[in-house]
Amino acid sequence: MLQAFQEFWLYFPLLQNTLLAGSIIAIVAALMGYFLIMRGLTFAGHALPYVGFAGAAGAVLLGIDPVFGLFAFTLAGGVGIGFLGKEAHARDITIGILMTFALGLGLMFFALYSGYAELVYSYLFGTILGISQQDVLVTAVCSLIAVAALIVMFRPLLFSTMDPIVASSRGIPVYALSIIFMALVAIAVAMSIQIVGTLLVFTLLVGPAATAIRIANRPLWAIILAVFLGLLYTWLGIFLAVVLFNGTLPVSFFIATISFSVYLPIRLLSPLWIGRGIRRQRNQEQQVEIEFEHLKARECVAVEVKQESFK
Amino acid sequence: MLVDLLHESIIRNAFIAGTIVAIVAAYVGYFVVLRSQSFAGEALTDIGFAGATGAAIFGVSSLVGMLLFALLSALGIGALGERMRGRDIEIGMFLSFALGIGVLFLSIYTATGSAHSSSGLNILFGSILSVTTTDIQLSLIFGIIIIIVTTFLFRPLLFASIDPEVAQTRGIPVRTLSIVFLLLLAATVTESVLVIGVLLVFALLIAPAATAALLTHRPRTTVLVSIMLSLLFTWGGLSLAFIGTFGEHLPVSFYISALASIAYFIAVIARRAHLLQPPRRTTAPVTTRVATMNRKA
Amino acid sequence: MAQRQETPVITLDHIDVRLGGRTILDDVSLTVHAGEFIAILGPNGAGKSTLLKLLLGLIKPTAGTIQVLGRAPRRGNVDIGYAPQHRELEADLALRARDVVGFGLDGHHWGPGWPNRKRTALIEQALQEVDALHFADAPVGQLSGGEQQRLLIAQALLTNPRLLLMDEPLSNLDISRAQEIITLVNGVCRTRNVAVLLVAHDVNPLLNAIDRVIYVANGHCAIGAPTEIITSNTLSKLYGSPVEVVNAMGRMFVVGAET
Repeated sequence: MLQAFQEFWLYFPLLQNTLLAGSIIAIVAALMGYFLIMRGLTFAGHALPYVGFAGAAGAVLLGIDPVFGLFAFTLAGGVGIGFLGKEAHARDITIGILMTFALGLGLMFFALYSGYAELVYSYLFGTILGISQQDVLVTAVCSLIAVAALIVMFRPLLFSTMDPIVASSRGIPVYALSIIFMALVAIAVAMSIQIVGTLLVFTLLVGPAATAIRIANRPLWAIILAVFLGLLYTWLGIFLAVVLFNGTLPVSFFIATISFSVYLPIRLLSPLWIGRGIRRQRNQEQQVEIEFEHLKARECVAVEVKQESFK
Repeated sequence: MLVDLLHESIIRNAFIAGTIVAIVAAYVGYFVVLRSQSFAGEALTDIGFAGATGAAIFGVSSLVGMLLFALLSALGIGALGERMRGRDIEIGMFLSFALGIGVLFLSIYTATGSAHSSSGLNILFGSILSVTTTDIQLSLIFGIIIIIVTTFLFRPLLFASIDPEVAQTRGIPVRTLSIVFLLLLAATVTESVLVIGVLLVFALLIAPAATAALLTHRPRTTVLVSIMLSLLFTWGGLSLAFIGTFGEHLPVSFYISALASIAYFIAVIARRAHLLQPPRRTTAPVTTRVATMNRKA
Repeated sequence: MAQRQETPVITLDHIDVRLGGRTILDDVSLTVHAGEFIAILGPNGAGKSTLLKLLLGLIKPTAGTIQVLGRAPRRGNVDIGYAPQHRELEADLALRARDVVGFGLDGHHWGPGWPNRKRTALIEQALQEVDALHFADAPVGQLSGGEQQRLLIAQALLTNPRLLLMDEPLSNLDISRAQEIITLVNGVCRTRNVAVLLVAHDVNPLLNAIDRVIYVANGHCAIGAPTEIITSNTLSKLYGSPVEVVNAMGRMFVVGAET
């Protein structure tokens, strides 16, 4: 073990860019992912990369830089999903059919142009072990903007995620927020795909957040935990892939496996400790309910009595 | 001209295989749409893909690999997920894990220099034009079993999907049915992927049933319309692929998925524009109205 | 009400229900007879739904015996009709009201089922009984709360139950809709001689229809005529703390004292 760590330290300068970019993406993904799964948009997180892929393929066909197509299509897809609103049933179907359509388009582009293999590979797996400092810089800047926007929107977004109806009545533009949020997710996804590939983007979006909400009761704690877990998984995954396996096996596999292995036991055991918290809450609620009912009755009586005295 | 084409065994096989898969996918798809389990359907297809890739490494038939992965995941998702409609997170976790394993397999694949990278793409996009008689027989047997099971479960599944609480009190094992349905979905997906590829399975699973649901409100009619639409898309797509559009012969999967998606979007727009009338609600009969008035008087 | 001589529809004998370390019901005993219309009242979380679940065989008591219609409670008893608290139906669900009601008849039978005239006639009859014929073909997700409530009742009635359990059917309805449902249920109760247990928050709209009241509070139950049970004395004993009942303008109000 110690030897492995020493090896890791030796690799460190080479891995700097990888670790940096990976960490940034892990943080952004955990943040976005928390809201994504709380809003029931896990499917969207899976479908968006496919849409983006079609865009990149189409761009290559048109002779444009694939990144442009990637961003354009992902953004369009994300905003489109944002427009679909909260009706989960129809929304999921629409997302699914949109994804199919995009994949079909991608396939069509594929058929019309034969130089795609490299593109496909890099979009599926990313190029995380071989990225340049410039890539890191671009990633950092994009991420900073996205995270800053998210922080600004934080409270209204949280409110409208948990309780859209009440939030809307308080004047929060729930619909607009959902569109902006999806746009941010789209940007984050499009940016991350180029570095870590589609699979890993999805894993980092869902895994840390899914585990965190099983442990932490309060949103802020869940988000912090998700970010922490995302970073942990990423570093551990890179460590395992590079040091123990000399980069022969893909990083995404390690991170996905770590993420699942942590999630499963926590998911299976979590009813034990979450249940307690909810029960405590329910007992308190019951007290409040009883008092409230009595208060209501008293008010009614007061009104009735007043009317009586006027007669 | 199309009839001449049918004399070619490749094309004939493609139509036969496509028909079988289209019917089964549309039938099971009715419930997938009803139960809002599109994500489950999509995830199981991807998971199956990962399994098929792995199977190829171990020299096992990709059908077995796919089936194994898909069935195990269906079991896991069904066992973990609590509410029928709230399983997205569990599905996402299983999906990402399976994809991770698939990525592992894929890289071992390419590392060992297997010349089968094209078969990976085949599974992804379908090999309906290279479908063998064995494939047809397999998908026929699978398909018949799936149809029989689904027909047997039809009423309780419908009841449990709409009204789980009351269904439970009627003795329907709602939770078990959920898991059984997911297993059924896994089997359907596997059977279909072999023939028409990952992309298309999902399209035929969701689009015909979703479009049918916009057109009619009776369960049995919806299932029939769903199957008919699915056949329409499949045959139409196959025909277009063989005849070609604008001189180009694009892949079959593209045509079918394009037809399916466009049909759905047209139906949605027609519904929004009130072109598709929801069933009329008659006003309360005169007698009742009079009775109400008398009561108030 | 005249005492019935047949076997009671429900018998609870010293029932205890403990779930997760909490005592939900403590030494509850009561009997319900055929054709009785009974309201189940009490604060939230007190155990009203638990009582229904016991009768439906969905939970087992920790101690004591229950007899429902002469036997131990079991799931899938078609002699019990159940209308749950709420149902989440999407607005665009592709199912008619008529289809959903039809579940009550044979939704639990295996196989796809074939439409036949007898079945359609039975469903028509049930729909007519709840006055739902005029929206029988409308998509079920677009119906109002009151209309859906009526469908639930029709669904429950299709197997000719001898016991009807309704979990808070009136909670989301305005006064006139609630009154319609109460009249409907009352009619069903008397004409079919079905015992009805209806969970509610406010007993006042029900006062003219019900025979008895089951008040659940603090794990304890009291059963009897409204005027017997909803009194300061009885409720104080039930809650274990001072509770006032105020009768004003023909209505009853439960008022708690400060703890």
